[in-house]
Amino acid sequence: MSTAREEILQRVRTAIGTQAPEEPVQREYRQAGTLSEEAKIDLFIDRLHDYNAEVYRCAAGEEAVTIAEALTARGKKRILIPPGFPAALLPTGPDFVRDTALDYRDIDATEGALTCATAAIAMTGSLILTHSATEGRRALTLIPDYHLCVVYTNQLFETVPEGLRALGGRRTSPVTTIAGPSATADIEMTRVKGVHGPRVLDVIVVAAG
Amino acid sequence: MSIRVGESAQAATFPKAAKKLLQNTQLRRNVRRATDTIRGKRAKVVDEMPDWQALRTAAQQIKKRTLRNLDSYLVQFEKACAEAGGKVHWARDADEANAIVVGIIQSHNQKEVIKVKTMTSDETRLNHALEAAGISPYETDLADLIIQLGNDKPSHIVVPALHKNKSEIRQIFMEQMGLKELGHAPEDLAGAARNFLRERFLRVKVGFSGANFAVAETGSVCVVESEGNGRMCVTLPDVLITMFGVEKIVPTFDDLEVFLQLLPRSATGERMNPYNSIWTGVTPGDGPKEFHVILLDNGRTKVLADEESRETLHCIRCAACLNACPVYRQTGGHAYGSIYSGPIGAILTPQLQGMQHSTTLPYASSLCGACYEVCPVKINIPEILIHLRRKIVESGGAALTERMGMAVAGYTLADSGRLGTAQKLVQLGRQPLDAIGLPGWSAARDLPEIPKQTFREWWKSSRGGK
Ligand code: SF4
Repeated sequence: MSTAREEILQRVRTAIGTQAPEEPVQREYRQAGTLSEEAKIDLFIDRLHDYNAEVYRCAAGEEAVTIAEALTARGKKRILIPPGFPAALLPTGPDFVRDTALDYRDIDATEGALTCATAAIAMTGSLILTHSATEGRRALTLIPDYHLCVVYTNQLFETVPEGLRALGGRRTSPVTTIAGPSATADIEMTRVKGVHGPRVLDVIVVAAG
Repeated sequence: MSIRVGESAQAATFPKAAKKLLQNTQLRRNVRRATDTIRGKRAKVVDEMPDWQALRTAAQQIKKRTLRNLDSYLVQFEKACAEAGGKVHWARDADEANAIVVGIIQSHNQKEVIKVKTMTSDETRLNHALEAAGISPYETDLADLIIQLGNDKPSHIVVPALHKNKSEIRQIFMEQMGLKELGHAPEDLAGAARNFLRERFLRVKVGFSGANFAVAETGSVCVVESEGNGRMCVTLPDVLITMFGVEKIVPTFDDLEVFLQLLPRSATGERMNPYNSIWTGVTPGDGPKEFHVILLDNGRTKVLADEESRETLHCIRCAACLNACPVYRQTGGHAYGSIYSGPIGAILTPQLQGMQHSTTLPYASSLCGACYEVCPVKINIPEILIHLRRKIVESGGAALTERMGMAVAGYTLADSGRLGTAQKLVQLGRQPLDAIGLPGWSAARDLPEIPKQTFREWWKSSRGGK
């Protein structure tokens, strides 16, 4: 008796017959953006607002004060950060807990998480995390109810192809793309904010120096 | 061999089921309202894309290329996934797939599994097999939870509980979650699901998912979702099992840039769905320690073998064709007797399950072409329907009167005006509508003439070139 693997491959080969030359793929869709730097940032912020995310803008060097501002606005005092989150960006005041193999239940008991990102896409208002040391493992930005994400304007791309291609060698790390807070359209096809992922998402857009 | 598409082999034929469902006005109102909403949203976000047609063309070509070389892409995926720490299994049919899942869970002595919406598992009736083995499957997608708690059947491939409105959902949640109080707003219902499932997400050691795309080049798997339940299922458990049909492969990572633009806009009318998870094998310190992939055939290679309908396998399950279909919008999804409803169900179920089980499904259409126009991967569903009808006739699968009746039913169902007229004209000639079990619809005078042009000719001369 042949194995399932052999049999399925044999069925596929019989079904498609002799291999034809490669079917061509024309990529005539938009691959590169056309917007100016400022228009691209505006589009990104507009899309984030569409998802009800709160957006802060600041210059490089002002990250710490802006983080403090965002956390105060949400009344957050104790926040998880990834192991490699830059200490220089942290304001004094809030209590920051570094995630060093915390139990999922401990993460569940926290008020939120603060991370960086790998890239962002203006057209869709997406943040892309590849879960590096400054972004944290996946559970960190999934279990808590609040996510504050710091993204730099030189990480921002206009189109989806540009954003995904920017991942380069990090594309085989775990990748999560995030467009707004967790939501569902399952009740009468209306987008309802907040199911299992963080129900509140805030983004700090930092002008890259 | 046990190829199975849910319970479709035992389901009532389309005309019989449709007749019953048409009497349920609440259901029809819910379906109409939900599909109207989604159509409006889709149109808006598709219109703003100047390169929409170019994306569709690229998607179609990528899918064609994939299927034409499917054997080598499957082997390439298997190798890349294994190198990244995943274990790849192959399943010829439903029973074989279910046995693999049960075996993995039992080898870890586990009795529970958290599941994110997976159509292939509905196909194989995995939950049934798990329960028979003493394992409790927990559906975590809001709509699937509604279906599971309400002991109901899915009626739509993206929003399976689309036939239920807010107050019906609230009722189910209060009863099944044992809640004394629950608000009426959608946010309250979503909050109830969050509380109900949180403990399970943190406790259960095995997760189960499907995949929207699997990349041959890197061995990566991609799950597209909104609620975060998918992220929970693929991240928190120690063991993850991911099952998908062999046609879900795409050749390169860059191909995702095409589908991740087409799918959310077509499915929920969003520029991007809240979450996409893409992972490759196992990552130490992040997520499951053990990752299994099950590559499922279950009839797909049969579809692949028919060159005229092979492109059925291009489908990315966006449900745009359901929302656009005038017949679906009248009957809802249950009439199709399959987890795959609407136009895609009418062509996919008979091909997977075997034509003998669903000789009426390819007639559940007026061939208006709306499905083809909205399909993000350009599947020519009307042409495939005609091809399948021809196959049914050649195999002597349906009597002439039956076929005529069904074609008329499709035409009638597609338009609420025609449906109304038909229902009023009770007294007039009862043939051939009686033949399909729809007495009271008899409207011989109102019957369309047999078209002088074939559909294909008409298509080419009118809209086909578009
Ligand atoms: S056939 Fe096309 S429109 Fe219908 S669900 Fe599949 S991809 Fe979407």
